[in-house]
Amino acid sequence: MRIAIFSDIHANREAFEACLEDSARRGAERIVLLGDLVGYGADPAWVVWRAMELASQGAIVIKGNHDEAAVTNRGGMNPDAAAAVEWTRHALDAEAKAFLKALPLEVEEEDRLFVHADPADPAKWNYILDAEDARRGLDGTHARVVLCGHVHVPALYGLTAAAKLVSFRPVAEVPIPLLRPRRWLAVLGAVGQPRDGDPAAAYSMLDEAANEITLLRVPYDAVTTAEKVRAAGLPPSLATRLLRGR
Amino acid sequence: MSPLTLAEGEELDGFRIGRRVHTGGMAALWEASHPNYDFPILVKIPRLAEGEDPAAIVSFEMEQMILPRLSGPHVPRFVAAGGFDRRPYLAMERIPGPSLLPLVQNVPLPIAEVVAIGARVADALEALHRQHVVHLDVKPSNILTRPTGEAVLVDFGLSHHAQLPDLMEEEFRLPYGTAPYMAPEQVMGRRSDPRSDLFALGTLLYFFITRERPHGDPQTMSGLKRRLWRDPHPPKRFRRDCPDWLQEVILRCLEVQPERRHPTAAQLAYDLRHPEGVVLTARARKTKQDGWSKTIQRRFHPDHQPRFDRAPKAAEYAALAPIVAVAVDVTERDTAVHSALRETVGRILATLPGARLACLNVLRQNRIALDSTLDESGRNKHLQRLVELRHWALPLGLPEGRVTFHVLEAVNPAAAILEHARKNAVDHIVIGARARSLRRRMLGSVSSEVAAEAPCSVTVVRSRSTVAVGEAA
Repeated sequence: MRIAIFSDIHANREAFEACLEDSARRGAERIVLLGDLVGYGADPAWVVWRAMELASQGAIVIKGNHDEAAVTNRGGMNPDAAAAVEWTRHALDAEAKAFLKALPLEVEEEDRLFVHADPADPAKWNYILDAEDARRGLDGTHARVVLCGHVHVPALYGLTAAAKLVSFRPVAEVPIPLLRPRRWLAVLGAVGQPRDGDPAAAYSMLDEAANEITLLRVPYDAVTTAEKVRAAGLPPSLATRLLRGR
Repeated sequence: MSPLTLAEGEELDGFRIGRRVHTGGMAALWEASHPNYDFPILVKIPRLAEGEDPAAIVSFEMEQMILPRLSGPHVPRFVAAGGFDRRPYLAMERIPGPSLLPLVQNVPLPIAEVVAIGARVADALEALHRQHVVHLDVKPSNILTRPTGEAVLVDFGLSHHAQLPDLMEEEFRLPYGTAPYMAPEQVMGRRSDPRSDLFALGTLLYFFITRERPHGDPQTMSGLKRRLWRDPHPPKRFRRDCPDWLQEVILRCLEVQPERRHPTAAQLAYDLRHPEGVVLTARARKTKQDGWSKTIQRRFHPDHQPRFDRAPKAAEYAALAPIVAVAVDVTERDTAVHSALRETVGRILATLPGARLACLNVLRQNRIALDSTLDESGRNKHLQRLVELRHWALPLGLPEGRVTFHVLEAVNPAAAILEHARKNAVDHIVIGARARSLRRRMLGSVSSEVAAEAPCSVTVVRSRSTVAVGEAA
């Protein structure tokens, strides 16, 4: 089975649509949304609606910190993010909010764990930024393959029985075997707000039969998205960063 | 029975296991067959018993990742694999015939034989490097030969794939490789430079012509590191008849700094196939090792110790250091085409400092009679063409090492250019479009045939005015 995994969509309709289309073309049979459906972008209502639709068709949808912030009062965000949260709250109706509120923090399926941030303690929203974080994250769970987002920069970490850890920056379109019995933690790139210097939307395809994960990049109409962000009165830096991928 | 051993006659995932053909430090090899495959198969089983080298596991994982991603005649075809979750094995095409190892019994070998082997192995390395892989264990036992003549590289257990996680690098601090063949940067733990394989091939060529290994077979880390500061005896010391050009090529492969070796395996193969184009430096005529003062300086003076910077990734090399071939019709009298061609070539070379240029001219042979190589005035046509080619290239102002000249004698010019491009892994052909349309109509367009059939990019150059004249005719 091919599982398309989308993380950090951040209310970016154009990027999300482009990625969904690309994944369908590549034969995705299952969809996982790894959290942060909203925040930063100008289309939260549409993205949540689409997520609800996908969920009703069997997609797994995980909660991210921005999804949580949109429905509860929670501090600890930078000013741009906080402004976006405030804006997002007004843009969502009660049904959308109820959907976001009910999302799980993690879902385990066979040997895989889907979670938005650090798998060791998902509610703390810690970032997996390096090999040490990855090791702690893997130590805190028993799944063989952990898939998370939150960082907006793709990375892959592998752990052997001897507790040796490899870290690797995946190359787009190149399938990487998730060798057994090693354990792996994949940090996915962001669909809606990439920060690795490549403005193209990022998602990943997990091929269950081949036991491989592939990072994919999809160029989308970021100019339109940025325009919408500006028109919505959101902080302008949230528009420009989409064009630069930073 | 242990899941890690096999017995003749056993069946494993549909493979009928035959004779055990080899037991190495890290794995055992068995002949096998499978009803779905009509070629002979080899099954590789890692040695994972208690007390075995843990590198056996990791190197098996590496090979399991890399082999399925490789293709072409220079590697064994991947068939199937089983992981550690069940029963680890790797099934691949079995290349009949021996490796280069038995040749070691007969070294030193004739110069021509060693050069031919070197060119074939360099072709195989080029194919591998273009697929993002550095082999890192090039040695006689890892080189096989297809019945059709291509060298085949085997055993990717120590290899590095630029687009996959390097499990070996993370797992072990000590360098893995085979002591005599390991490049200095590999000794220092750097596993990503394709030119490490050129060092290994240089070692092999040196060994095959001299019976000596340039850096011996050290068994300790300090012995391995000696190659960073002690230069080898020049091959001529052991082999008086080693031509200057070959010593030049071998010592260039054995340079400590990868930047001083050939930039790509394709360029090394080119040198081995075109000795006349090899530029001789001080390396060519060396008769003894560097003196002690120089050696001591290299060993102890911080400014003289080699530094290994980050290398471009394997497949980036070809892009940075391509072989560009320009086909020049020196009989063409239209100077506009000549200068347009030269301008285009100049622009390509200006952006690629590692590129080298092969200037080609085809001396047409008669279909029926054997041509006399002397024309009416008694001058050798072939030589005359060479002179004209050099004259054409002169304004480019290229240093000798970057340009070679070739007059190809052939009935069909396009076929000759294409064959040269295929044999020498040319990356880009630049060719002028023939000016006079009447002649083109009668002889066919060489450039369009080349463009249609070439294994690489082709740039067809025209000068605007020529086109206008041609079309008016």
